[in-house]
Amino acid sequence: MKTTSRSVGSVLLVLLSLAFLSPIYLMLVNSFKDRAELYRNALALPSSFSFQYYGKAAEKMNFMTAFGNSLFITVISVLIVVVLASMTAWMFVRTDDRLSRFLFLLLVSTMLIPFQTLMMPLMQVMDWIRTNLHIPMLNTRGGLIYMNVGFHASMAVFLFHGFIKSVPVALEEAATLDGCSKFGLFWRIVFPLLKTITVTVAILDVIAMWNDYLLPSLTLSDKALRTIPLSTFYFFGEFTIQWNLAMAGLVLTIIPVVVFYLFAQKYIIKGIAAGAVK
Amino acid sequence: MSTRYRKEKAWYALFTAPLMIVFATVVIIPFLIGIGYSFISWDGIPANPKVFVGLDNYTALLKDHRFLTSAWHTIEFTVLALVLVNVLGLAFSLLVTQKLRVSNVARTLFFMPNLIGGLILGYIWQFVFTDAFKSIGEHTGMDSIFYNWLIHPQTALFATVIVFAWQMAGYTMIIYVAGLQGIPDELIEAAKVDGAGRWHRLTRIVFPLLMPSFTICLFLTLSGAFKIFDVNLSLTKGGPNNATELFAMNIYNEIFGYGHYGLGQAKAIVFFLLVAIVTLTQVILTKKREVQY
Repeated sequence: MKTTSRSVGSVLLVLLSLAFLSPIYLMLVNSFKDRAELYRNALALPSSFSFQYYGKAAEKMNFMTAFGNSLFITVISVLIVVVLASMTAWMFVRTDDRLSRFLFLLLVSTMLIPFQTLMMPLMQVMDWIRTNLHIPMLNTRGGLIYMNVGFHASMAVFLFHGFIKSVPVALEEAATLDGCSKFGLFWRIVFPLLKTITVTVAILDVIAMWNDYLLPSLTLSDKALRTIPLSTFYFFGEFTIQWNLAMAGLVLTIIPVVVFYLFAQKYIIKGIAAGAVK
Repeated sequence: MSTRYRKEKAWYALFTAPLMIVFATVVIIPFLIGIGYSFISWDGIPANPKVFVGLDNYTALLKDHRFLTSAWHTIEFTVLALVLVNVLGLAFSLLVTQKLRVSNVARTLFFMPNLIGGLILGYIWQFVFTDAFKSIGEHTGMDSIFYNWLIHPQTALFATVIVFAWQMAGYTMIIYVAGLQGIPDELIEAAKVDGAGRWHRLTRIVFPLLMPSFTICLFLTLSGAFKIFDVNLSLTKGGPNNATELFAMNIYNEIFGYGHYGLGQAKAIVFFLLVAIVTLTQVILTKKREVQY
């Protein structure tokens, strides 16, 4: 009795989760249909599987370039955030003076500021740096990476800070007696202990930066620099929507996300829970 | 002694200064000069003068009909989204903690939409609400429910709520699951022995102990809904007739669309204050209701 009701429950749960994902189904089936077939019935399976719209969409979106840009910008930004934020958080925890507490509070209290409050003045500051210090902050990958680091700094320091507080200081004292420099001490002794929280920070930032549209749209204007969300936006704006082509394009943009999810699923779900609860 | 002290200071600066400089130029300085911009009138063209107008921008936004409408729609959207996201998230979390064989698969599938960016989600659902809905209506005869939702102001707002819920439900589910797993089995067993039914166990034991998760989830959905932009842009572009132009998009359009940099920035400052007040009040209120066992 109990086992049958359990398997019925299992079947229902699977059906419910598949129904929940029905928009994905619609996107997939319609990416293979020609226009006439799509308008006849948007819900049915396609009569044939041809990948011609994928090729066309990839070409129109300049997909490989956009993918490369997104990958480069996300990976470098996340690496820099992890390196700088962990070092900063460690110093703040181990040097518990007024300055550290003030800076930490400053970081944390800005977490509530919406992006829209900062976007316009941020562009003015970056423009000022460009004209007066001759550092190309706008319309470059480097500039976007710089701003990504700034926006994700507070959350990352906050997470590392909370974690490092629970790391015993005794190990570090022993290493100091052995004549280890601060730099060596941090990278050889402390950082390896921060693996779990590093994964959390990295995953949260990868998801946020990979999907970000507004900041890249304000900073990047060259076609060759577009990230995936940017090229998707222009792809949809260029012509009256041909849904079969559009759906093929959207499937392309989702493939990297799904692959990432399949490989890092366990870490993503743990990381999300850990990041939110803090 | 003093060289040692100086050395310590140098290490401190070396470790913290790089990040703090980036942070200052990207967040702190823009925030401060942003307050300044809200008191001037400027069209964004560097050659044109910036005129100090005092509080004029703030009085103007109080009379800006479109801004007030968008504020009202944002509140409507946020309330609906808050309810739908958390009801779904909580229901999913209860379902996937039933110790069924497929629980992990279901959890994985429920969470998936959260990884797809808001812009792309909006485009997927634009197709669902226009062509797929029309198709469903034609094939089932239920065309009083299934028609193009994006051309009517009210249904277009509901559509935005649905897309936001689709994105966020799995996220809150993860947090509720973590909360549920933290409730000791003995408590539930003891209640069973005392003869408490399923519903009583849920409302008298599980929900009160889940208050910390409610605090987090309400905070996340509240601030997420209030600040929604990407989905808004790709799903409806604020249409039809600005009926779904929410707060963040109104600010964006005021600044970059109409070139009212001062007025737009004043709106952005008001937006910040509202986000801060609303979310902090909510955290304080729900924190009070957390219980210990």
